Amino acid sequence: MNNNLENPDCFKQVSLVEAINMALDYAMSQDESVVMLGEDIGKNGGVFRATDGLQEKFGQARVMDTPLAETSIAGAAVGMSVAGLKPIAEIQFMGFIYATLEHLICHAARMRNRTRGRLSCPMVIRAPFGGGIHAPEHHSESTEALFAHIPGLRVVIPSSPARAYGLLLAAIENPDPVIFLEPKRLYRSEVHDVNDNGQALPLDSCFTLREGEELTLISWGACIKECLAVVDQMNAESGNDKRIELIDLASIKPIDFATIAHSIKKTGRCVIVHEAAKTCGVGAEIAAYIAEHLMAYCKSPVKRITGFDTVMPYFRNEQHYLISELDIKAAIDESLSSDF
Amino acid sequence: MMPHNNPLQYLSAEGEPLTERGGRHELPDFVNDQSLLLQAYRWMNLTRAFDQKAVALQRTGIIGTYPSSLGQEAISVACGMALAQDDVFVPYYRDHGSLLVRGNLMEHLLLYWGGDERGSAYVAKAGSALDMPICVPIATQASHAVGIASALKIQQKRQAVLCTLGDGASSKGDFLEALNLAGSWHLPVVFVINNNQWAISVPRHIQSGAPTLAQKASAAAIPSMQVDGNDFIAMYEALTEGLHRARQRKGPMLIEAISYRLSDHTTADDASRYRGQEEVDKAWKNEPIKRLQNFIFQRGYWDKKAEGCLQDDCQTQLEKSVQAYKSIEAEQPEAMFDYMYQTWPAALDDQVVTCGEKYKRNYLAAQQHSSGFNKGA
Repeated sequence: MNNNLENPDCFKQVSLVEAINMALDYAMSQDESVVMLGEDIGKNGGVFRATDGLQEKFGQARVMDTPLAETSIAGAAVGMSVAGLKPIAEIQFMGFIYATLEHLICHAARMRNRTRGRLSCPMVIRAPFGGGIHAPEHHSESTEALFAHIPGLRVVIPSSPARAYGLLLAAIENPDPVIFLEPKRLYRSEVHDVNDNGQALPLDSCFTLREGEELTLISWGACIKECLAVVDQMNAESGNDKRIELIDLASIKPIDFATIAHSIKKTGRCVIVHEAAKTCGVGAEIAAYIAEHLMAYCKSPVKRITGFDTVMPYFRNEQHYLISELDIKAAIDESLSSDF
Repeated sequence: MMPHNNPLQYLSAEGEPLTERGGRHELPDFVNDQSLLLQAYRWMNLTRAFDQKAVALQRTGIIGTYPSSLGQEAISVACGMALAQDDVFVPYYRDHGSLLVRGNLMEHLLLYWGGDERGSAYVAKAGSALDMPICVPIATQASHAVGIASALKIQQKRQAVLCTLGDGASSKGDFLEALNLAGSWHLPVVFVINNNQWAISVPRHIQSGAPTLAQKASAAAIPSMQVDGNDFIAMYEALTEGLHRARQRKGPMLIEAISYRLSDHTTADDASRYRGQEEVDKAWKNEPIKRLQNFIFQRGYWDKKAEGCLQDDCQTQLEKSVQAYKSIEAEQPEAMFDYMYQTWPAALDDQVVTCGEKYKRNYLAAQQHSSGFNKGA
């Protein structure tokens, strides 16, 4: 029951990418300082249709097709945000985001700090990321850790239509720059009820998708799909629906260590799953935190199931790189059966 | 129209109006405005005095590495003076003159070069609240200028944006992308390339095979021109026109201001490693302050007595500013966390505590130890 008269319940059956569109539509209609810029986002509605219909609704001044130049998309977003707009820039694929790094690292992430609060960059950079859709070279990588390393940025990854909607609204409302990475394998994989009531979800927080007593499984992005399937199957098979706890990290930076610590103290076992390459991946940060603070609670070593330290294979072989349900189940079984 | 290698110039190196000899241009009307020219002359002198003082302060360890603007005072001061207060200035890092004209305090400039973030924390009293801080990563400010200009257009404001950069920056993708976007979106922005012939040790001819840097605007259909950057009158006229066009929504413009870097790149550089003294001596004959001085003397706007007072006044102001700068205590160590995020991430709680402990361990305890030791001695 929603008692908010200004934002009445309005449930819609939508996919993740439609939820993104819904959140953008909501934010644009509520706040005229919200603008969007990117390649093909106007008439074409974005190559994944995330901005479909928005230029028609809000006009070319607020939904701007840019020249094909990612550096100036990010740089212009820095300038726009300093000047009182809330730009949402779309980078068409994460593989093309690297041209924006200088602006994100040297400017957006530090404008507030280097002017001691005089100026700031309330902006969102959206980009689809990850593999599994048989895309061409450079269209499948997961490099969220690059951004997570940068002080001053927030990095957010949704894994369901409802979280895409609520977290994107939170990212737009946030007064600092947010890198919002959309797992494109989930863009249209499922359709769920999402309440288009303008309600943002909390940033800096993870989401406990399944509660459990025996093991903590941590993941984010597209891997959540396989994790959910494994957890539901293992819990059902064991007759214990509180066996495995599943945490969707969602906030890659900053990490909600309080929720993770609470869970590890309860279960004593942890498996981390991410599609990105292993070395210096975000999983390493979580494992290091557990080693620093939670060793006394651990019954078995932390396990990481990740992509390899290889170039993401082209799609003929990408299934040998991506994490399967069997990979996750094997790691959980091993963690449950190996005590220190 | 393709700009030619033929910069706009009104005064000869000796400060003589070129109209009589070359017959090219009538002097603009504003040369009859004595107070404007004297204002420009005073700012150019203060800029040079500030530079000399800043270099001396670096040599004695009172500030850090500093990039002198020696020889480029006309460009910088003309930029500052042509801007309206609510225009937005997007500087690079050799714009001390413009920053002073915008009303930034010298102690705050020193604070920035003295390694303190608060140097960029103040709204310049004759500038816009949106004036950007000094930009170190080369040419990136050009994209920010375009973003600000785009915001002003969307917000239906009539201000212009002025963005400065060096000749080296004109080689970077950021600048070329910014020009392209400014042209495509018809934005109210003026770019000024401060072509001082040297990007640290790389001379202008290695920077680009193009005969002029101004012509880089042509591919973006942006009007551009070369201007003698050591001629305040030419610079002020070109900037005034460019900014006026931008405010009138007539689109962007690029000015290539031709000058010469009479100093090292920064106090950390030694230009004698890569360029001959002859070249520098020759460039000194063309420097901007003497040129304007000769002109205002000829016009009867200025005399030796006024010159003496000006130099004394610059030194007095500088001494006061240096004292003010020196009196500003460093921030507490934990202040490094204060402006990272507006909404505090709980994940940083531990690190702030660690920062405080580290300070106690490394500094407070050491101070106590040394004072105790002194007492004992």
